Amino acid sequence: MPVLETIRLEKRFGGLIATNGVSMTIDKGARHALIGPNGAGKTTLINLLTGVLRPTAGSIILDGRNITALPPHQRVRRGMARTFQINQLFLDLTPLETIGLAVSERLGLGSDWWRLVGTRNEVTREIADTVERFRLADVMHKRTATLPYGKQRLLEIALAFACQPHLLLLDEPAAGVPEAERQELLATIAALPANVTVLLIEHDMDLVFSFADRISVLVNGGLFVEGKPEEVARDERVKAVYLGEELDA
Amino acid sequence: MSPVAGEISSYLGRRARWSPLEIAFWLFAFATIWLFPGKHLILTETAILALFALSLDLILGYAGIISLGQAAFFGLAGYFSGSVAKYGLINEPVLALIASGLVAAALGFITSFLVLRGSDLTRLMVTLGVALMLGEIANRFSNITGGADGLQGVNIGPILGLFRFDIFGHTGYIYSLIVLFICFLIARRIVYSPFGLSLRALKGNPLRAAAIGIPVNRRLVAIYTVSAGMAGMAGALLTQTTAFCSLDVLSLERSADLLLVLIIGGTGYLYGGLIGAVIYKFLQDWIASLTPQYWQFWIGFVLVAIVLVGRERVEEWTAAMRAWIVGRGARLIARPVRLRASSEQR
Repeated sequence: MPVLETIRLEKRFGGLIATNGVSMTIDKGARHALIGPNGAGKTTLINLLTGVLRPTAGSIILDGRNITALPPHQRVRRGMARTFQINQLFLDLTPLETIGLAVSERLGLGSDWWRLVGTRNEVTREIADTVERFRLADVMHKRTATLPYGKQRLLEIALAFACQPHLLLLDEPAAGVPEAERQELLATIAALPANVTVLLIEHDMDLVFSFADRISVLVNGGLFVEGKPEEVARDERVKAVYLGEELDA
Repeated sequence: MSPVAGEISSYLGRRARWSPLEIAFWLFAFATIWLFPGKHLILTETAILALFALSLDLILGYAGIISLGQAAFFGLAGYFSGSVAKYGLINEPVLALIASGLVAAALGFITSFLVLRGSDLTRLMVTLGVALMLGEIANRFSNITGGADGLQGVNIGPILGLFRFDIFGHTGYIYSLIVLFICFLIARRIVYSPFGLSLRALKGNPLRAAAIGIPVNRRLVAIYTVSAGMAGMAGALLTQTTAFCSLDVLSLERSADLLLVLIIGGTGYLYGGLIGAVIYKFLQDWIASLTPQYWQFWIGFVLVAIVLVGRERVEEWTAAMRAWIVGRGARLIARPVRLRASSEQR
């Protein structure tokens, strides 16, 4: 059964068609990559999937249930989390507070207004696991705004992991990550349990082809080609519109 | 437990602990009961203004909702508490106070849906609009509210049936101070809870807050309702301590003054409203004694001076002090929490 399915998904901004009848399925446990030239509508598609934008037409099915009308936070509660291409962080909070927040929300403690933060051991333990895994322990008490970019990027990814999704949407996760942390980050993504499905948006073709077991190519808002990496790599039309010589090299 | 987890747990335990400065603040506040018996009337006004400002700080400083209409809740509850006393519906002030807070909270809940969307400017206009409408309603139904003459013949019974309000305002001050302290405790608890943390998160970045599963709108509705309730308690206190209520409880000036108080005191660390109220009231009192007619000129002057010097610089100067207030210190309320945490570590 597919984890995620879109049916003729469409998004118009006035006269501009940003997403043009996209019907795609993402299978459980897949390592699915979404590629396409700049302006192809990749980020719009992610925003539709996560509920930031409402589609003009079409529907989105998560785990067999229609979630087209659900607000973003309820999609998160159903196990869909994302990272942002441009960091979206809580600049006034520390990494510790940020991660603690995500963990508290997931455990349903977020509306708890009487207990103090951190009085529950399961929360503390999870925060510790996450900051250690993403090597944020040394900066966990600093305001996020004061962190170097690389650390902020790690926090961006860590925050999505802290939601423990079974469907993770990664919007150019490696963009701007320093080389030293890059390998580590990719290893962390690769080490995700097999039952976690990943949809990766990425420009870096080496990364896409080493990671993905399925690739969708988006051009002008529409689904252009979809298939296994070797099929996509061989596809003449894809080469023509997008990949060019990159693949021959 | 790993060392990092241990550190996190002890840090979080420490975070909400009472600092010596905070304890000193409240000890001094209660000491004023004996230190300045002749000043109880203005101190009562100050305590009420502080509670009112605290209510605005909860939404402005923590959830980022700016409002020019807190007077709506203040005034509604003011009239409500006056009316229930006048018509003998609830004679006991504490009960009437709680009922008034609930009525104001109900109005807050209903109107909260208006502030969910939109920019700061639309929020200013919408909240202002609600307060203006309420003001005109109170004016129109003068048979209930007394109109321009105010609500006359309000007789407030003794507190808990024991303590009568006196002409010097001693009872009124002690009563107001205790109510302020209890509301402060609640606000402090809220701010250090996971709920309070989520407010600060959605203030900073609502897009991401929703993306980690925070129901942004529901949280805003909740804090707006709580804030309205507290503003209502402040309004009820004013009516109860003065045995009077007039149209100015709903005026724009009252909401605007409140923003001024928070600008003086600063937002987002709970004491801003309290300190701001003290400075504002005593500045007003002092300037009015110098130039009774033109005191607002000097209030305006102070405001302009603060803006010129810059919030940031004032914050810089007071950063160390505020870090000390928030961060370090003795244990009072957080102690049981701390003990629990350390016993689990063993």
